[in-house]
Amino acid sequence: MSEKKTPVLEVRDLGIDFGGLTAVNDFNMDVYEEEIAGLIGPNGAGKTTVFNMLTKVYQPSRGTIHFLGQDTAKMSVVDMNRAGIARTFQNIRLFSNMSVLDNVRIGMHNKITYNELEAVFRLPKYRQQEQAVEEEAMELLKIFDLDKDASLIAGNLPYGAQRRLEIARAMATNPKLLLLDEPAAGMNPQETEDLMKMIRFVRDHFRIAVLLIEHDMRLVMGICERITVLNYGMMLAEGTPAEIQANPQVIKAYLGE
Amino acid sequence: MKNKKSFVGNLFSRTYRSRTISFLIIIVGYILIELLLKTGNLSSMFQSLLVPVTCYIVAALGLNLNVGVSGELNLGQAGFMSLGAFMGICVSGALSSAIPNGLIRLVIAIVLGALIASVLGFVIGVPVLKLQGDYLAIVTLAFGEIIKSLINNMYVGIDPNGFQFSFVENKLSLAPGGKMLISGPMGATGTNRIATFSVGVVLILIALVIVYNLIYSRSGRAIQACRDNRIAAESVGIHVANTKMLAFVVSAGLAGAAGALYGLNYSTLIPAKFDFNLSILILVYVVLGGLGNMTGTIISTIVLVLLPELLRGLQDYRMLIYAVILIVMMILSNNEKVKNLLSLLHQKLSFGKTKEAEANE
Repeated sequence: MSEKKTPVLEVRDLGIDFGGLTAVNDFNMDVYEEEIAGLIGPNGAGKTTVFNMLTKVYQPSRGTIHFLGQDTAKMSVVDMNRAGIARTFQNIRLFSNMSVLDNVRIGMHNKITYNELEAVFRLPKYRQQEQAVEEEAMELLKIFDLDKDASLIAGNLPYGAQRRLEIARAMATNPKLLLLDEPAAGMNPQETEDLMKMIRFVRDHFRIAVLLIEHDMRLVMGICERITVLNYGMMLAEGTPAEIQANPQVIKAYLGE
Repeated sequence: MKNKKSFVGNLFSRTYRSRTISFLIIIVGYILIELLLKTGNLSSMFQSLLVPVTCYIVAALGLNLNVGVSGELNLGQAGFMSLGAFMGICVSGALSSAIPNGLIRLVIAIVLGALIASVLGFVIGVPVLKLQGDYLAIVTLAFGEIIKSLINNMYVGIDPNGFQFSFVENKLSLAPGGKMLISGPMGATGTNRIATFSVGVVLILIALVIVYNLIYSRSGRAIQACRDNRIAAESVGIHVANTKMLAFVVSAGLAGAAGALYGLNYSTLIPAKFDFNLSILILVYVVLGGLGNMTGTIISTIVLVLLPELLRGLQDYRMLIYAVILIVMMILSNNEKVKNLLSLLHQKLSFGKTKEAEANE
């Protein structure tokens, strides 16, 4: 923890307006490599809006986002993913009519290099790559304890498993930074406990940075190494879990006067 | 997972079962019909339906890729068929002296028909597929009408100097030895009928290979991903517009190929044949067979083409009964109880298979 790490994500003076309404303003944040960072704040603080700007679902009105030292001003949603940012969604967005395995295989879309003709004629390149993709996808499913459900339709999975599948799909794109939007929402304490272990394992195994939004304070304080607090679209505080817990402004924002 | 499944086992595995059934239906159906033809047991009315049915199946398979798998409504499939048909007629007419062999001319006509329909599909798709919503339905609807009107007013002839085009009838003066290929609202007349049922069946098989192999590939998964959740698809790095374009262009191409075969099956063909009703008819085949279900598309096309002919004995009540049957089928196929009954039947039939799968685990 103490040694100097290089930032993968540098956000400076980020802001966005919807019509005349400023949703987020003057937002600054760094995420360092192999770090688990948290973004917390009361409902409506603009946390998901920040995620949507980081993935370019919304184009920021002001400020800069540098990812791996590269300016992302002109990049689209697809470009951001190809550059190495993967995400999950607050309201789960799976390909719900497709199998669990297919959901992960779709995540590997950009690893596959055969073209449509090679697919239609089932040439050797197609067979080799499909074989490799299936093996890799099954390995990934095993990590997320979904390998037994590989052939099930994703929409029929229980809630907790759908959340895990979304993370598996995001990991299939080989990200350097994983954004998790309320990964523990709707989970019971035991499931949350398992999820915490899983997030740590993913960070250690794939050596990636994780930035997560979460309301479950046990999870946030348990696994985040650094936390940023957002309130009314403005940055309220930043620091280690202990610092945040002791910060009077944060307590005020959450509990009121 | 470790020991490789046998080839036959693989054919009937869960993933490929519907594909195998589709191929079996077509091949068995072809053999049966050839037998009936050889023994002279097929009435001339049914014989006249053979080639059109294959054309409708190919166009419907393409449309199912667009509507069922990609989830974009397309109301102009008849327009793409029309393009393919009149392209095919012109190509065949132009090559009739150079290539006397009808089969080779037919294949060239089908390939070029597919090509022009795909190219036009691409041109239409570029602006439309970037938008979200039902714009493709609106634009393809207009496209179908535009193509119909255009060909309705087009005069194409060929003479030793090459192709002659005009939008005014009397302007077209052909050199001696020339002949008219398309004469406006009269359409194409005096076409050599080189289309055959066998070529139609081969075209269906090719269409099935293209559609199924595309679905079980990177692009096919991406197409379905864009249908299920556009935002999530983008978040894993899929270009939504390009992916939808692929489905649309392949669909248009198959319609073009089907149209070329259709056009070369009649000695006269009017442009008004490919109207909005035909587009809707093909859409009905797709919807009734089940969105994304290729086997269903084949079966529903065959049934719905044959039904009006089989009901001919009812005379005036024919289309009434046809409509009633259509509505009843639609209601039944959406009824929970009927669905449960079917899935129960399906489970019973594949019971042996599931046991085997359990034993493997």
